[in-house]
Amino acid sequence: MSVDKDTVKKIARLARLDVPEERQEQIAGELQAILSWIEELSEVDTANVEPLASVTGHSLPLRVDKVTDGNKVDDILANAPEQASGFFVVPKVVE
Amino acid sequence: MSNLVSGQTGDWEVVIGMEVHAQVTSQAKLFSGSSTTFGAGPNENVSLVDAAMPGMLPVINEACVHQAVKTGLGLKADINLYSVFDRKNYFYADLPQGYQISQFKHPIVGEGVLVIELADGSTHDIGIERIHLEQDAGKSLHDQHPSKSYIDLNRSGVALMEIVSHPDLRSAEQAGAYIKKLRSILRYLGTCDGNMEEGSLRADVNVSVRRPGEGLGTRTETKNLNSVRFIMQAIDYEVERQIEVLEAGGSIDQETRLFDTSTGTTRQMRSKEDAHDYRYFPDPDLLPLQLTAAFVDAIKAELPELPDDIKARMVSDYGLSSYDASVLTEERETASFYEAASNGRDRKLVANWMTSELFGALNKAGKTLADSPVSPASLGALVDLISDGTISGRIAKDVFAEMFETGRLAPDIIEEKGLKQVSDSGAIEGLIDQVLAENQDKVEEYRSGKDKLFGFFVGQTMKISGGQANPAMVNQLLKEKLK
Repeated sequence: MSVDKDTVKKIARLARLDVPEERQEQIAGELQAILSWIEELSEVDTANVEPLASVTGHSLPLRVDKVTDGNKVDDILANAPEQASGFFVVPKVVE
Repeated sequence: MSNLVSGQTGDWEVVIGMEVHAQVTSQAKLFSGSSTTFGAGPNENVSLVDAAMPGMLPVINEACVHQAVKTGLGLKADINLYSVFDRKNYFYADLPQGYQISQFKHPIVGEGVLVIELADGSTHDIGIERIHLEQDAGKSLHDQHPSKSYIDLNRSGVALMEIVSHPDLRSAEQAGAYIKKLRSILRYLGTCDGNMEEGSLRADVNVSVRRPGEGLGTRTETKNLNSVRFIMQAIDYEVERQIEVLEAGGSIDQETRLFDTSTGTTRQMRSKEDAHDYRYFPDPDLLPLQLTAAFVDAIKAELPELPDDIKARMVSDYGLSSYDASVLTEERETASFYEAASNGRDRKLVANWMTSELFGALNKAGKTLADSPVSPASLGALVDLISDGTISGRIAKDVFAEMFETGRLAPDIIEEKGLKQVSDSGAIEGLIDQVLAENQDKVEEYRSGKDKLFGFFVGQTMKISGGQANPAMVNQLLKEKLK
């Protein structure tokens, strides 16, 4: 896969990162180099290997259905730049 | 029945698929220990996990897994013993993680089916494509401040089942029947309370139109519809709009639309250029979910009898009409009430009394079956008194009205008011003699051939008996006397 300036622009926007126009070309080159390096893995023959979601072999731990948390509005809002009557307050977002 | 819609230039076929978000009934959230209770104060039901504080890790709630499997089994669906949680990435103010934990490639439930029944009695199999578990987002309030939005994360992290249908629905009526039936099944199973007003059940509808026999048209998705009526309105509006655009030579954009409940119309929500690119990938904080066949079998063993099965039994064993059986099985509580009231009695008569008198009275009083002043046992006892001839059906209606009003029992009311049916032939003959004596002229007319007057004599006799004479005996004795 090749990473060009447009790809950088697109993924920066999706990640809400402000990447200035003059740096996009350079970052495209860096990302391309990283991807090429990772692509070396494709030399390994994986034709008969099932895709793996975890290497530990553990199974997903389950929790019992009990209320054990909550009622800590002050903690939750502690770092909020703005709050009012228990709500987070953010710039208006209406689609 | 044809579902085609005729436009200016010919017929169109409507194709609808639905994605229903059903809130899982559980005490705690999908990946945290905070409460799912509706109506708590802002941000009270929030843990550091739900607020996505750095370093917090999700641990799955086994009850939510149990509920999803149970729902799958209730929809006769395949249960996937191996499923994976993925991150669906997007930014929104009420999504603190910056992604929703959902299931993409490997959902917990696969293909199933739901049978809908329409007003004309026809039934249709609607395919279920999949059900996956995912987190709900928080809630944004946009009307509290002119330039700010208020965010409440109480719903953030609550478990949802997204139930995705195949595009098998062909009309707004079918879509309405689908959501009603799905809600009924979820409530029988106890896996979702089905409360659409509180947002426990909401639907996204995918609508497209095509010329009969052609391939699928481009669809639009109308989001977040929280009542049966809105679902049907949104579909009707979209169908009309799409046909208009296509017949004018335009084309439909694949887009997300919002339904305006005040106007009954839909409008574009976000432009295609801004369309979301979710970049799904397996959540590295969660291992794959692996179930054993024994776990699934144990849930299968505890499944309640579902409405389709109860209905079939009511039709075949009790002789009820398909319509009555549908009405009596829509809610689990109604079916249980009916079973209790009709057990060991005239099943059809009890069904009639429930669907006409009891439902009528409840409706009028604005009550639900749960707060009915007449219990299943006392309705049953009333029907017994009709069946054994103690009171007539006519008198029974008055007795029922009094039972509903005061909560008293039928035998007490009948005893107190002396409403027992008169089946003593001597007494009835006396009444008949009185009626005939007072209406000599009509008796003459009847005898000279005016047969229709027979009903008049029956009516008069019943009237002076205060409705208490046994109608069958009145008929028989009158016939003899008028010979």
